[in-house]
Amino acid sequence: MKKVYLGPYNCVSPIGNNLADTWNSLVSGKSGIKLTDFAELHGDVYAAIVEEEQLDQHLNKLLQDTQLPSDAAFSKLEKLMIAALVPLVKAVVITQETELIVSTTKGNIAQCAGGANDIVAASLPVLAQKIADFFGFKRPPIIISNACVSGLQAISTAKRLIQMDYCKDAIIVAGDLVSEFVVSGFKSFQALSNTVCKPYDEFRQGLNLGEAAAAIHVTGQKLTDQEFFIAGEASINDANHISGPSRTGEGLRLSIASALAEAKLEPKSVDFICAHGTATIYNDEMEAVAIHHSGLATKPINSLKGYFGHTLGTAGLIESIISLECLRNNVLLPSLGYQKQGTSLPLAVVTELLEQPQPLIRCLKTASGFAGTNTAVLFERELR
Amino acid sequence: MEQHYQISRHCRIDTQGVYVNGEQISAAISSDFATFSKAFYYSLETTYPKFFKMDNLSKLAWLGAELLLKEEKTKNIGIVLSNRHSSLDTDLKHLNTIADKEQYYPSPAIFVYTLPNVCMGEIAIRHNLQTENIFFVSAQFDSQLAVNYCNYLLNSSRVEKVLCGWVDYMEGNYKLVLYLVEKTGIVAHNLNVVRQLTQ
Repeated sequence: MKKVYLGPYNCVSPIGNNLADTWNSLVSGKSGIKLTDFAELHGDVYAAIVEEEQLDQHLNKLLQDTQLPSDAAFSKLEKLMIAALVPLVKAVVITQETELIVSTTKGNIAQCAGGANDIVAASLPVLAQKIADFFGFKRPPIIISNACVSGLQAISTAKRLIQMDYCKDAIIVAGDLVSEFVVSGFKSFQALSNTVCKPYDEFRQGLNLGEAAAAIHVTGQKLTDQEFFIAGEASINDANHISGPSRTGEGLRLSIASALAEAKLEPKSVDFICAHGTATIYNDEMEAVAIHHSGLATKPINSLKGYFGHTLGTAGLIESIISLECLRNNVLLPSLGYQKQGTSLPLAVVTELLEQPQPLIRCLKTASGFAGTNTAVLFERELR
Repeated sequence: MEQHYQISRHCRIDTQGVYVNGEQISAAISSDFATFSKAFYYSLETTYPKFFKMDNLSKLAWLGAELLLKEEKTKNIGIVLSNRHSSLDTDLKHLNTIADKEQYYPSPAIFVYTLPNVCMGEIAIRHNLQTENIFFVSAQFDSQLAVNYCNYLLNSSRVEKVLCGWVDYMEGNYKLVLYLVEKTGIVAHNLNVVRQLTQ
C-alpha cells in the first residue's frame, strides 16, 4: 500500500490564532478553558471559547495577504475553518486531484433560529460547499460526521482515499462551536464538569466543551519538508450502547490492534499515546481498560482536553496536529488537570513537560464517541 | 484493487413502500412515518423494545438493516452510511426544547440522537457488529465514493462484507437504500448498479 504523508498543518484555538501561537501556549501550560456566559441557564459552565472579535481581526489580516475575497459574510464556524485553512492553501497547490474533507458534528447549528431557513442554515453540504468554493476546490467536498471521532477518522479516510487512487491528496478541515445547542444537551446528560476538567484524575467529574478549527494536508507524494506518515489506522465500533462507552473498551482495543497490525508493529514500538480523555467517569475508565488490554499501559499518555476542552468534530484533528508537534520537538506535554489515578487500572499519565533525550518516533492517537465509534491512528516520524 | 465484488441483497424504503431486491414486499402502508414504521416493525415479528425509543432516522435505518441482516450469519460486516440532512430532524426537536427560557427542558433522550451516526450505532448494537464504520454527509448519494470505500474495506480484508447505503429523514420525508457488498451476490458491485439502486 502507498505510504501517505502529512503536512503542512495549522489550527485556530482559544489559546492561539495559529499553530505556532497555540503550541507556545501549550508548552507554557496555558489552558483556554474559562467560566462562560452560559451561567444564567446552566450555572457555572467552563468552556474554551474563541473570542470572535479577535478572530475577525486575525482573519482580516490573513485575507489581506491573499487573492481571496475578504468581503463575504461568514458564520463564526466558517471564519474559524477559513482561518485554519488560509496558511495551508498558500503552501499547497489545489488541483483536480485534491479532495477537501470537512469534519464536523454540528456544523452551523448555532445559526438555526427556529425558522423556515433552518434547513439551509444548518445544512452540512451547504457549509462544506461554501468552504470549497471560497478556496477554489475543484471536486465536491466530502463530509465526515461520525461523532467525536470525525476529526481523527478524517485523517484515516484521507489516507484510504489516496491509497485507493480516489484522489492524489486531500486537505482536511475540522470545526465545531460551543453553542447553546451542545451546552444544553451535554448538561442534560450531566456530562459537563463545573470545574476545569481533569482527565483520568480521581476527582474528574465531566468534560468541558471547546471550540477550535484545524486543518492538515495529506498526500501520497512525499514533499521535501514532510516528515510524518500514517503507519496504521482503524475505526471499529463498540456495538454496545449509543451514549455510554463500552465497559470492556473492545471497540477501541480492536481499533488499536488493527492500526498496529497494519503498521506491522508491536505495542512496544509506540512512544506515546495522545488519547481521547474527555474526563467523564466512563470514557476515561473505558480507555484505561482498552489501553491495558492493548499492552500499552506503561506508555506515556496524555489528554489535551485540559487545554482545548472537548472540541467535538475538531478534537481528533487538532489533537493529532499537536501530537505531530510533540514528535517534531521531542517533547511530551503534560495532561493538564491530572493529579492522582482515577481509573481502576493505572495509566502512565504525563504530569510535566518532558523533553525527551531520545527522538520520539511514533504516536498513537485515539478517539471515541457517541454511538460506539472509535478511531486509532499511528503516526510515525521519518528520521533524517 | 483488482478484486470485484457483488451486491448480495438490497432494499429500499420510501413513501412508495418497501422493496427487497427490487420486489415490493409491502405496499405503502401510510406515507406518515410514525404509522408506517410502527406497522412495519410489527410485521417483522421481532421483539426489540428499544426500537420505540429511537428517533425517526434510527428507526428507518434499523428497519432497513433488519431486512438485509436478519438471516445473516457473519458478524464481520462493516457499515458505510450517508445522508443529506444529518440529524437535523431531531436537531430541530432539541432546539424546540431550549427555544423558550421559561420552558426550558432539554432531554438526554432527544439529544443523544442529534448525531447522524447514532442510527449506525443502533444497527451495530442490534446485529453485534464490532466492525469498521463511517458516516458521510452529502447533498446526493456519492456513488463513486461509496463504491471505492466499500472496495477498500473488502480489499484490505478489514471486513468480510459491507452494509452500505443512504438513510435520510427530514420532516416527514424519508428515503432509505441499503445494500450488502461481498464476494458473491445477485448483481455486480459497480458504479452503474449503485447509481441505479440509489437514485
